[in-house]
Amino acid sequence: MQQKLRHNVQQLIDMEHIVIIGNGIAGITAARHIRKLSDKKITIVSNETDFFFSRTALMYVYMGHMKFEHIQPYENWFWKKNRIDLVKGYVTNVDHTNKNLIFTEGEKIGYDKLIIATGSKPNKFGWPGQDLKGVQGLYSKQDLDLLEKNAPNNKVCKRAVIVGGGLIGIEMAEMLRSRNIPVTFLVRETSFWNGVLPDGESQMLNEHILEHHIDLRLETNLKEILSDENGHAKAVITDTGDTIECNVVGLTPGVSPNIDFLKESGIELGRGVKVNRYLETNIKDIYAIGDCAEQHESIGNRRPIEAVWYTGRMMGEALAQTICGNRMQYNPGHWFNSAKFLDIEYQTYGWVFSSQGKKKYEAHFHWRHPEEKICVTIAYQKDDRKFLGINTFGIRLRHEIFDRWLTEERSIDYVMEHLKDANFDPEFFADYENDIISKYNSDFATDITPRKKSWKRILNL
Amino acid sequence: MSTSSNNMALTGEPPKALNVQQKLATLLGMSGLGILVLALFNIDFPNKGLWLTISLVAISFGVIWFSWASYAHKHKGIKNDGVWFKSISSHGLWGWLSGIALTGFYIVLYFYPQYLGLVKDGDNQGVIALFDPLSKLLSGNPASQWFVYGTLYTVAILAFGIKFIWKYRHNTYEKIRTISVMFFQTAFAFLIPEIMARLNGDLPYYDFKNIWPLNYYNFEKYRITAFIDAGDIGLAMLIFGILSIFVITPILTYKFGKRWYCSWVCGCGGLAETAGDSFRHLSDKRLFAWNVERWVIHSVVVFVTLMTTAVVYSYLGNDSSKYWLTKSTFLIGVASILTAVFAWVMIYKREQLQKDAQYGAIGYFVIIAALLGFHFFSGDGNIFLFKAETLRKTYAFLIGAVFSGVIGVGLYPIFGNRVWCRFGCPMAAILGFQQKLFSKFRITTNGGQCISCGNCSTYCEQGIDVRAYAQKGENIVRSSCVGCGICSAVCPRGVLKLENGPLEGRINPTEVLLGNDVDLMDLVNKK
Ligand SMILES: Cc1cc2nc3c(=O)[nH]c(=O)nc-3n(C[C@H](O)[C@H](O)[C@H](O)COP(=O)(O)OP(=O)(O)OC[C@H]3O[C@@H](n4cnc5c(N)ncnc54)[C@H](O)[C@@H]3O)c2cc1C
Ligand code: SF4
Ligand code: SF4
Repeated sequence: MQQKLRHNVQQLIDMEHIVIIGNGIAGITAARHIRKLSDKKITIVSNETDFFFSRTALMYVYMGHMKFEHIQPYENWFWKKNRIDLVKGYVTNVDHTNKNLIFTEGEKIGYDKLIIATGSKPNKFGWPGQDLKGVQGLYSKQDLDLLEKNAPNNKVCKRAVIVGGGLIGIEMAEMLRSRNIPVTFLVRETSFWNGVLPDGESQMLNEHILEHHIDLRLETNLKEILSDENGHAKAVITDTGDTIECNVVGLTPGVSPNIDFLKESGIELGRGVKVNRYLETNIKDIYAIGDCAEQHESIGNRRPIEAVWYTGRMMGEALAQTICGNRMQYNPGHWFNSAKFLDIEYQTYGWVFSSQGKKKYEAHFHWRHPEEKICVTIAYQKDDRKFLGINTFGIRLRHEIFDRWLTEERSIDYVMEHLKDANFDPEFFADYENDIISKYNSDFATDITPRKKSWKRILNL
Repeated sequence: MSTSSNNMALTGEPPKALNVQQKLATLLGMSGLGILVLALFNIDFPNKGLWLTISLVAISFGVIWFSWASYAHKHKGIKNDGVWFKSISSHGLWGWLSGIALTGFYIVLYFYPQYLGLVKDGDNQGVIALFDPLSKLLSGNPASQWFVYGTLYTVAILAFGIKFIWKYRHNTYEKIRTISVMFFQTAFAFLIPEIMARLNGDLPYYDFKNIWPLNYYNFEKYRITAFIDAGDIGLAMLIFGILSIFVITPILTYKFGKRWYCSWVCGCGGLAETAGDSFRHLSDKRLFAWNVERWVIHSVVVFVTLMTTAVVYSYLGNDSSKYWLTKSTFLIGVASILTAVFAWVMIYKREQLQKDAQYGAIGYFVIIAALLGFHFFSGDGNIFLFKAETLRKTYAFLIGAVFSGVIGVGLYPIFGNRVWCRFGCPMAAILGFQQKLFSKFRITTNGGQCISCGNCSTYCEQGIDVRAYAQKGENIVRSSCVGCGICSAVCPRGVLKLENGPLEGRINPTEVLLGNDVDLMDLVNKK
């Protein structure tokens, strides 16, 4: 009898209705893990697309590498089979007293627990002309469709101007160049992305951008976008006094949390939805993850809002545990990230700060290939030479190895000596460890000889 | 402003339009093909050797020039811009037309060679006659439709091989691998057999890299007789043929994965990787396709095993005093080998096979049952009710011709370049079995770096959903992977690495990826 009761109660808990707003990587990861751990009813709401797609891959659709269906990581039957209900619609408000979501037409959906995973929206800084036709950002599927319309080829779009020198800006430049559309790239900083990258790397990327016939204008800001008689952008004026004729203006000066619809909800907001380490908001049974979540206090060197793919995924993994009864903090491990700048792949493990952002205790070792666009920068602690992090361009490195070295607090000398273990380039690629280490030896008057790659060490056997 | 009519405009988006050089190169290549077509329609060329040379040179240089015009002015790196916009590579009109043309060519080649100019007792005509001078130069004999095919095949691998190398010039793995397939095709498939024929006319035509069961006719009676009649060399060749599949293959697959064969040596793979490269993304990635694949390819293995056993069985004798290998010893031998393999797998490797174990078991029992059937119900030359010869002919027709040729290559532009290798090739199935069960090869996934973009899955010619593993942080250990390395090449985040490493930790199921809380990882991924 008692057992049966317990069973029923368990079933009730299991049938708890989890509603997730946002079908991006954060919301989807949470849903998948909740399904693995429980039988709860799961509903995902989104106004963007019917099915989850990889936002990071939008560029490849415009470039013709893939069709939109290819950037959807799961086949369409997946959701039904895993009993994850998908609802298309825009949530205009959250009524937490009655535990309801309210949609555009006033429809409601009730929830027991709510996960807010609404991602970001592109920043706009109130530039004159920012709402003209032909002016757009690149964030959503709709933005992709719009770009296809605004810039199908170089007859319709004779030039595009991109404003904002970040990762999405350079992706957009690459996209447009793939259709031979001339691109002018306005970057506020003195060198591309040098708020994040050390100078040597940033300089190398400047060169690579120019190599791809992108008209890179450093230290240049947008002042105004001019309109033609049809309300379509026809030129931009920069703060250096230039007027650049163009048909498309790409605005990519960063993103911020997409949370305006929550203003009246009573959920505590800062720039994003405020959450504690358990990803809980100020209101019971409401959580926030991914781009839209803002930590009360930053975790280590991380920013309070981490608008990257990987953190959305990690928060989803952690929150699923909490939702399923194993309350667990969001406690990310060592920082890592990656990107690709035109033809150059970039990976980073641990922390390497730019010249502006460099910590007092931090020093760098830098090596760059004499001809190829390949370089590495390693950050270490000045006093005890502890390894802090590595940036690598054009050489793939093993995540697992660096994660382990960071945990074990290895010295930079140790990293140098075992660098071959960390190489992840395809077989037969030229290797650069010897060159890197000989530069290191001459910089620091050391006498390190690289050790041969060892599977035993790599796999911890 | 006309913004949305872009799909109809003939000029189209720049990445799909050809530049002037590419157009001229296409013209050159087409004129080379044109000569062959004219010959096909019995235009009699006066100096055949010269015209053949012109034709082949024009085709080759057309392709090479085209590649130069496509890639030379670009930076090294991935060259997939516009792949899904181009008609030829996205099921467009050109894709269908070339699919139909290729299929037509294969149908004529296999079933109506007389239209190519093959004359039974007399001088060749048409396009085959055009190849006579080259054939006589190499082997001393007039050309056959197979010589024409072999030559064009080799030219295709060489010319498109150069294109491939240009396209992937930033990737040493791809370059070396391609040089390897170009070498094996030219030397082993094309030159050596012809030269051997010239040196010793009694030797059967033997492409050493073409291993049974891909080379399904290797143990047929006429070949065995020829091997034995040719004395020591012939016998050595026969023994090599047997060792190839039973000894050499497992060892190399253990060390390097099946890629050593499928994307470094094999001619079918060679053509797929070079001439077929522009179609690799057309392979079907759905789970449904994977299910079909496993049924079809394993059925072919069963079929070829039975067929070969039946054929060998049919020409062996019953009297052990004449020759030690009799019908019954042979059947017992086959059954014991299969049983040993089956037992080994079920005892030691069962958990690694998972679902495939069922297929394996079914296949095994079907074969054993059939072998028993052979023994008890077969009369002279007959297997059950039909002749071994019927079984052989059916296989040669269905699998050898229709599947591997007409569908396998003819439909490159429709189903992708590895349809045969994925769904049909029994050699690939056996190597895949070895690869899955005892090989050091795996594609390592780089911790948590995957962004689920889908490039790897899209460009996997074998239709493997690579992303499904990578986005979970899990290594890819799949029997169908031919190790072409393209998934690793196209990955924009450096997530995938083909490598040979220790067996321990090769398969690493994970749920929570590297980068997250270590306690959570321990909890969820508990080993
Ligand atoms: C072009 C581009 C390239 C990128 N490349 C990288 C990269 O290489 N590496 C990397 O780490 N990160 C990259 N990012 C960032 C990364 O994509 C994001 O961090 C990640 O997608 C955020 O995931 P999310 O689940 O938090 O939100 P999102 O993916 O933004 O999903 C939120 C969803 O919620 C929906 N939604 C929002 N509000 C509502 C509402 N009120 N009602 C209903 N639905 C709503 C939205 O429409 C959206 O579909 C890139 C981003 C872009 C735009
Ligand atoms: S998984 Fe990768 S290496 Fe294997 S066949 Fe597919 S693309 Fe090639
Ligand atoms: S190509 Fe790389 S990043 Fe993209 S899905 Fe595949 S493994 Fe992940």
